[in-house]
Amino acid sequence: MSKATSVLSTALNPYTGAWGFAQAAHVLRRCMFGATPKDIAAVQQMTMSQAVDLLLADQPPETSAPLVWYHYDIGGVTQGQTWVHLDYDLTNDFNRTESLAAWWLGLMLAQPISIREKMTLFWHNHFACGAGAVGDARYSYQQLVLLRANALGNFKTLVKEVTLDPAMLRYLSGNQNVSSAPNENYGRELQELFTIGKGAEVSTGDYTTYTEADVKAAAHVLTGWRDDPKTLAKAFSAADHDTKDKQFSARYGNTVIKGSSDESGAERELDDMLTMIFNQDANARYIARKIYRWFVDYVIDDTIEANVIGPLADCLKANSFEVKPVLSLLLKSAHFYDVAYAGCVIKTPMDYIIGSIRTLGVEMPLDEGLITQYFGWIGLRLTGGSLQMKLLEPPNVAGWPAYYQAPEYHEIWLNADTLDSRIKFVDDIATNKYAIAVQVGYHTTLDLTTLAAVSSDPSNPDTLIADWARLFYANPLTTIQMKTLHDTLLPGLPNYEWANEWNDHVNNPSDAVKKKTVTDKLTPLVLYMLELAEYQLM
Amino acid sequence: MKRRDFLKAAPATLLPFLVGGYGVKAFASNPFLHSLINESVPTDRVLVLIQLIGGNDGLQTVIPLDQYDAIMAARANIAIAAKDTLQIESLIGLHPGFLGMQNLYKDGKLAIIQNVGYPTPNFSHFRSTDIWLTGSDSNQSLSTGWIGRYLEQEYPGYPNGYPNSQMPDPVGIQIGSAVSLGFEGANANLGMAFSNPAAYYDIINESNPTTPNTRGGHELAYVRSIGVQLQKFATPVKAAAGKGTTKSAQWPTANANTLADQLRIVASLIAGGLKTKLYVVNLGGFDSHADQRRNQDALLTKVSVAVSAFQDELKLNALEDRVLGMTFSEFGRRIKSNSSGGTDHGAAAPMFIFGSKVIAGMHGTAPKLPANATVDDNLDMQFDFRSIYASVLQEWFSTSDSEIKNTLLKAYPTIPIIQTAAVRNEPVIAKTQLLQNFPNPINATGNTRVTRIAFRTTGGQTKLSVYDTRGEIVRTLVNGVLSPGDRTVSLDASDLASGTYFYRLETGGATLTKSLVVLR
Repeated sequence: MSKATSVLSTALNPYTGAWGFAQAAHVLRRCMFGATPKDIAAVQQMTMSQAVDLLLADQPPETSAPLVWYHYDIGGVTQGQTWVHLDYDLTNDFNRTESLAAWWLGLMLAQPISIREKMTLFWHNHFACGAGAVGDARYSYQQLVLLRANALGNFKTLVKEVTLDPAMLRYLSGNQNVSSAPNENYGRELQELFTIGKGAEVSTGDYTTYTEADVKAAAHVLTGWRDDPKTLAKAFSAADHDTKDKQFSARYGNTVIKGSSDESGAERELDDMLTMIFNQDANARYIARKIYRWFVDYVIDDTIEANVIGPLADCLKANSFEVKPVLSLLLKSAHFYDVAYAGCVIKTPMDYIIGSIRTLGVEMPLDEGLITQYFGWIGLRLTGGSLQMKLLEPPNVAGWPAYYQAPEYHEIWLNADTLDSRIKFVDDIATNKYAIAVQVGYHTTLDLTTLAAVSSDPSNPDTLIADWARLFYANPLTTIQMKTLHDTLLPGLPNYEWANEWNDHVNNPSDAVKKKTVTDKLTPLVLYMLELAEYQLM
Repeated sequence: MKRRDFLKAAPATLLPFLVGGYGVKAFASNPFLHSLINESVPTDRVLVLIQLIGGNDGLQTVIPLDQYDAIMAARANIAIAAKDTLQIESLIGLHPGFLGMQNLYKDGKLAIIQNVGYPTPNFSHFRSTDIWLTGSDSNQSLSTGWIGRYLEQEYPGYPNGYPNSQMPDPVGIQIGSAVSLGFEGANANLGMAFSNPAAYYDIINESNPTTPNTRGGHELAYVRSIGVQLQKFATPVKAAAGKGTTKSAQWPTANANTLADQLRIVASLIAGGLKTKLYVVNLGGFDSHADQRRNQDALLTKVSVAVSAFQDELKLNALEDRVLGMTFSEFGRRIKSNSSGGTDHGAAAPMFIFGSKVIAGMHGTAPKLPANATVDDNLDMQFDFRSIYASVLQEWFSTSDSEIKNTLLKAYPTIPIIQTAAVRNEPVIAKTQLLQNFPNPINATGNTRVTRIAFRTTGGQTKLSVYDTRGEIVRTLVNGVLSPGDRTVSLDASDLASGTYFYRLETGGATLTKSLVVLR
């Protein structure tokens, strides 16, 4: 750990240092998927505080919905119309799920300057739920809409909504929880993964924060809830609800949740139980750590715990578990912009894939309109899968191991196989060889001369390389690396020869040969730059 | 069983079987068998390309002394005094820095090809470099390189299935920060780059650049450690570099001559047993628009010192007969010099091809200079550079006409550059063959229960399976991507019931079937 962290006692004090390209790119990369030159320029014009406020601003609900990209769905619904209101249909459910993931990827690609997409993925990882196991794409759509709507809302509200969300009721067997034989699945994960977190097991069945008895008690509280496949809403079976009082352990101050017999009573029981859990300090700290690991770093030592996690947890409690104030506190803090933490996050597959496309200005194919567009997005989902992050299919209820598996955490994303696949992906998009799924011959396009034109002076190799480097990497390269890049663009030739060729292209923009000539020089440069280890970090 | 293991173990009686109807006697002089038997000693030929970046001024490198008046008329401000040139022929002098090259010439190890270029010369560095690397016409843009197209035929399917036991090493190596367009194939780039000699040593020593002591630095080191695992070829390259120590006293000290540093690496890799066929090294700075005497003189001296040391190294390692070197540059320079003591972008220029197997001497005639050259005058080409590529492919690598055409996209006339006495040691894989197993029938209970099946593949996905009479597969002996060549596999019949079986080879788009008999 760097000495720069010695000021951690003031870690969450507002950042007052320089506000330039590096800081603007940093906050955008961490809060969005990649940072585009345009977004960086816009944010750089603001103050740090304005920039974070913009990122945290509420976003309107989606006007679009996932569409039928395949030939047709039931009830005469054809390509280009949505399927989300239709009845369940076994034949089309797989296509609908792909459509849902594609729609979501499309929203990620088109994200405005906002943290919403990243927070939506945060909650998808936190309340991990596999679409395949849920078995009905309409449920998964409804859950995704719920997460999107509450992405910057209230954590406690979201926990309640997710608890009674039909997709989650199915995924964690809440809909099979009956008083005669309670199913403990959700009652356990609610505490272990979604709220208070499992502490050290200090004696058999006692996890410091809660006990096995609390798992049972929670399961009894949650008996009777069902999902209604007709309305896609939660339902309640009074006959299956345990009307007795529920006794929690000393870990919850021996709280007793008063039993009830009808739906509104059962909902009140849930509210009481969540209040009991949310009153525990460990609950706020648990979610604060998860937010910290998502946006800053996975290493949480005693100093970070005391000076960062504690204050973040306090902020959550002081604001009744509203998420925005805690994000604002963190994203405006001196700690967040500490240079020792620059580039310490290994990009998630979504950061890498969506971020590369947005940052480089890669265009998705649109040759045949909607169908090509959806195929393109589905292809990105598959690429994400090969990089070990398939949207709507987290590995299990704990989410992706990069966020909980100590001590590796983010490093889990990278091994020889995934790094190889990552490099192949950027090689492909940089050379227009990234073919989209299923439709042979359609591929992404990247105009390297356009990418070069983001530089303040593309005719100067040193300026061009420096401008690309700060766009691609969180940290500056070494002098030797910069020289190597220069040699890659212009081996054995003086700078003015590049200027001549570049200007010749600029002055003859319609001359394909001149354009190819500079593109052929830019290609090895961009490949080399994207293959550098530094590009895996943000 | 690897085929060389089998050869070592095989009794002489098996030899005719191995390669079909040629017979033992024919083998003795058959390069294919020769290469099979000597496989433990690598006999593959190597081509080392030296790219002189920036456009080398040929008129200042190989000087036509018969036209000295015209030279003085065109470029008195940079001309080398006739008496200072190193005379190799009565009317041809070399640049004074080319002492080592002069010695190679005298030793019969240097061929000079005069006036190499292409029709309608392009004066852009980048365009003309691309033309030389892709082998395109002047008005044509190609996205694959000539080396890539050649290697792709030698190593079909690359990179899928590579490295493998037949080709455990990089198929092409570029010393430079990025693999050049020349190595680009239709499916993949067939070159492996060492970003510079220093980075090369990083791989060899498995040391990574230092990272800052921050959380960011920690994760950077982690990513790099994964990156090292990705260097599929790091292990064989490291092993070769470890074995191939350089012996020549001619090598200049490190960092004094970057071309020598690069060629020294190449020599050590060849000496270390790497099977890589093609190396590309480069030296930049030939773009002599001004102060040419100082700049080019120093560069040509470096070329001469580096090539001379390289050739000496090969000789000391008894590798001279296996290695050919060839220089190229994107263009020559204008006949008439400019007033800055330099020359501007031009056209044709000489190429140097060196090695113990070259037909040494001058190829082609000295360039013809106009009596009073103007700024518009350029040297005419005598040889298309693709003719030189074609000659090297044909005479050095024994490449077939069709493969040369696939590589260069057209047929070009060849000129004799390589001594015909040189033994062809590359098997020319004419077509797929499947031979009768031996012994056959197989006595499954006796001591001949193992039979051997030999086949010849043109390369690519290959499957060899044994079927019973019901069409059920009883054994799959080969299933994978093979490079072109002859293979032998063993079939242990001890658990097969007596009866007739079929073995079927699917490779290179062909399917061949033969039958065998098991007796009990």
